[in-house]
Amino acid sequence: MTALSGFLLSQWYDLRDLGNPVRALIDWINGWGDGTTFHWVGYIVAGLIGAAAIGLFLGIAMLSLIWIERKAVSRIQIRYGPNRTGPFGLLQPVADALKLMQKEALTPLAGDKIVFWLAPVVIFIPTLLVFGVLPFGPKMTAANISVAVLYIVAIGSATPLVIFMAGWSSNNKYSLLGAMRGIAMAISYEIPMVLSLLGVVLFTGHMDLNGIVQWQQKYHVWLIVLQPLAALTYFISASAELNRTPTDIAEAESEIVAGYHTEYSGMKFGLFYAVELGNALAVSGIWATLFFGGWWLFGLDRWIPAWLIFLGKMYILYGALIITRGTLPRLRIDQLLDFAWKFLLPLALVNVLVVALEVTIWQENGISAGIVLPVFAVVNILLSVVLVVGYVQSFGFARRQRPRRARLITDTLAAMPQ
Amino acid sequence: MTIQTEPFIVNIGPQHPSTHGVFRMRVVLDGEKIIDADMVVGYLHRSLEKLAEERTYTQNIPFTDRMDYLSAMSNNLGYCMAVEKLAGIRVPERGQYLRVIMAELQRIANHSMAIGTFINDCGAWQTPLMWMFAEREKILDLFEMTCGARLTCNYMRIGGVAFDIPDEFLPAVNGLLDDLPRKIDEYEKMLMENEILIARARGVGTIPRDLAISASLTGPMIRGCGIPFDIRKADPYAVYDRFDFAIPVGENGDSYDRFLVRMAELRESVKILKQAVPALPGGPYKVDVPLSIRPPIGDAYARVESPKGELGYYIVSDGGTAPYRFHVRAPSYINLSVLREMVIGASVADSIVSLGSIDIVIGEVDR
Amino acid sequence: MTLELTGERVVARINELLPDAHAEAVGKSVYVPAESLLAVCEALRDDADLRMQHLTSMTAVDYVTHFETVYHVQSLAKNHLAVLKCRIDERDDPEIPSVVSVWYGAQLQEREVYDLFGIRFAGHPDLRRIFLWEGFAGYPLRKDFLQIAAGAQHPGLPHFPKQEQGFGVLTGPNWTAPPSHES
Repeated sequence: MTALSGFLLSQWYDLRDLGNPVRALIDWINGWGDGTTFHWVGYIVAGLIGAAAIGLFLGIAMLSLIWIERKAVSRIQIRYGPNRTGPFGLLQPVADALKLMQKEALTPLAGDKIVFWLAPVVIFIPTLLVFGVLPFGPKMTAANISVAVLYIVAIGSATPLVIFMAGWSSNNKYSLLGAMRGIAMAISYEIPMVLSLLGVVLFTGHMDLNGIVQWQQKYHVWLIVLQPLAALTYFISASAELNRTPTDIAEAESEIVAGYHTEYSGMKFGLFYAVELGNALAVSGIWATLFFGGWWLFGLDRWIPAWLIFLGKMYILYGALIITRGTLPRLRIDQLLDFAWKFLLPLALVNVLVVALEVTIWQENGISAGIVLPVFAVVNILLSVVLVVGYVQSFGFARRQRPRRARLITDTLAAMPQ
Repeated sequence: MTIQTEPFIVNIGPQHPSTHGVFRMRVVLDGEKIIDADMVVGYLHRSLEKLAEERTYTQNIPFTDRMDYLSAMSNNLGYCMAVEKLAGIRVPERGQYLRVIMAELQRIANHSMAIGTFINDCGAWQTPLMWMFAEREKILDLFEMTCGARLTCNYMRIGGVAFDIPDEFLPAVNGLLDDLPRKIDEYEKMLMENEILIARARGVGTIPRDLAISASLTGPMIRGCGIPFDIRKADPYAVYDRFDFAIPVGENGDSYDRFLVRMAELRESVKILKQAVPALPGGPYKVDVPLSIRPPIGDAYARVESPKGELGYYIVSDGGTAPYRFHVRAPSYINLSVLREMVIGASVADSIVSLGSIDIVIGEVDR
Repeated sequence: MTLELTGERVVARINELLPDAHAEAVGKSVYVPAESLLAVCEALRDDADLRMQHLTSMTAVDYVTHFETVYHVQSLAKNHLAVLKCRIDERDDPEIPSVVSVWYGAQLQEREVYDLFGIRFAGHPDLRRIFLWEGFAGYPLRKDFLQIAAGAQHPGLPHFPKQEQGFGVLTGPNWTAPPSHES
């Protein structure tokens, strides 16, 4: 076994990590001439391969996600979902895309045409850029930058701008309302999101995603066990920015038609739709990387290709987003902002405090990880359960509401107000 | 620094996902808060009351289907009762029981739809609607079995019902009645303690009790305010006085109470059906009435508890074959009287929830 | 069973409350003159004996010679129902006091009657047409609206609404928004 894996290891044909063939290619290019002259070619080729890979991956992923999401949601809603186009309706996304391309791209007469045209194009950029730093395998990161966590936060906060571009340039009242709501929400949820990431960074001492995965590999533990509060706050606040059902106030279908993309038709609408899916996938990817070990799976990653593990985790976590979408009604905007400021922010702050204390205890006293990590895990899980349950019990709506059931009256005339 | 702001007029509708048809609400917004509201209806006005003056009494029955197309049976029933009252026709026992069975099935179907769309308006992504649809489908299948139509049934006739039930109807309805309580339990478990739903609907669109009476509200709207006014109890028609059932009422008069009332009414309807189906007597299901019936000169007002509220028909006869005046007291329309009171001061999101909790059907509002 | 009060019973009570109301009983219904309609309605609502809190239905009938508005009022607490009618002899510009101040629920129903019969309700807070648009020619539920029997070829509207003001119902490049689109 070891011989086999040693034979395979890091050769160009070792497809457990698609970074290996690329590395081999770049090394070959770098070896041209005297070994230094053509480094720029290798740099460009590497960049192009990364960009092409991400583009291809996103294209296929979005098509598959449309099908997965429609099928899963239809199962939640006790119906069949797409089952006419191709086997099991697998060609439905293709049909959807073709239909969208055929449709006329309308531009509002009184809108700002340039910004209106630009918005669906620009909104794609943050999504693409986030995938650039996601480690699909040990060597499969298009841009392995050392401050990837900071980078994700920075790129993610560009989206509200595009939402506002779309909402403003449409010259539609629903669009404007949607854009305003979207910005208010995005700004509020940025803070708990950043704070929850801060907990992870403090604990692991790494800001690059590969480093965080390797930290989890080193201590043989998923960070969700050690950081349940951070995982919860990150999941809620990041999914809040996705404009999916429990938090889709920016495009609340039943209230403001489609929010900021009311006026978009044809493929422009298709781009917004694709970006929504792509962002959701990116969030589940980041979640998988930070809290579920990324491409690492308790040693199994030696036998299963790392990128398959990562994709599997990403799609499974995407399932969590589908379930929340299919089962929860939407909150009102003030309730949503209340939730961010009064629930997620304190939780994230408590988490940062606890993590800082723990890291100090651990590092200052030099206790071995084998003793300290189980203790931390128990403490953090207990703390998060106590905080969440305590919050629900003391501030939840369901407990305070009255009456819980309608009163049944048989003698109506006697009960009638005089 | 002061910022110059001005109110913002938004037309919610007539083409809007949550206006349940072509309803239009003009709202003046200050930010997200509604400071003034006005409703504009009439996009579906088919001048039904005028058309009815040109047709015979029997020809008018299909018109009533098209008003509240989600509860056609109740509409038929009210109209036929008005003509029977005018002409002094007594309906045989079996006909009365069939009418009650159909009306209660229709109530379950309508409330399923109402609850589903209400939660959709609260922002759920269609899941409750689809769940509720499953039950509604079974009831519509029963209707199809009986009269060949699912929505616009045209089943009641002056003097009884159009057809007797087929042989497979009773087993099917018994199976449904065995199944329904379990399903309703499931819905209650799924919906009633839902934190987000409570947060969205509790305290939204509250109607004070005095206003509810003064504004002629009926149906779940007035019962949500704690007033147990139900025509089936107050003015029993058909054979409702023989059944044991209760009237569910809310307490605060908000959207959530109306939802609770509808939920409990599902159970009460099942209770009525469980008594009515075994007690279904034999005998004729209708009396023979001439197709072009000529009721004596006079006027009559008959009302039934349609799922939306009190559905009244005021018919004036001049002794001819067509009604001289045909007026419908449409519950959806009159329940809209308090829309302004419900939405002013609320946000756009709340106004949609309030509107959804009224449970309007535009066909009935505009007629 | 809701008790349908006879006209005599209601008239007797009205005469006790308002001696100069001149209400008149015909069968089950009570004819109230337009001048005293508002006072009678208010008295019926506030009277401890009748407690007509709930205006069930309000409509009008065109009897060609005159109009009649019909009010079905009921008491939820006492569970009885009475029918009030009010006769309007004027045909060109019929007017009657509005009962919105007594029963708030009359608001939409009176707007409907105004829209379809052209009966104006004095004191109504917001009397506009509701199903049809402002400027619709004629009042459809009047018996003289559709005169097919009388040989008219094109009953109802002679032309598109608001055509005489320079714009039709159609929109297009030549269409300009009216100064007040709503009313």
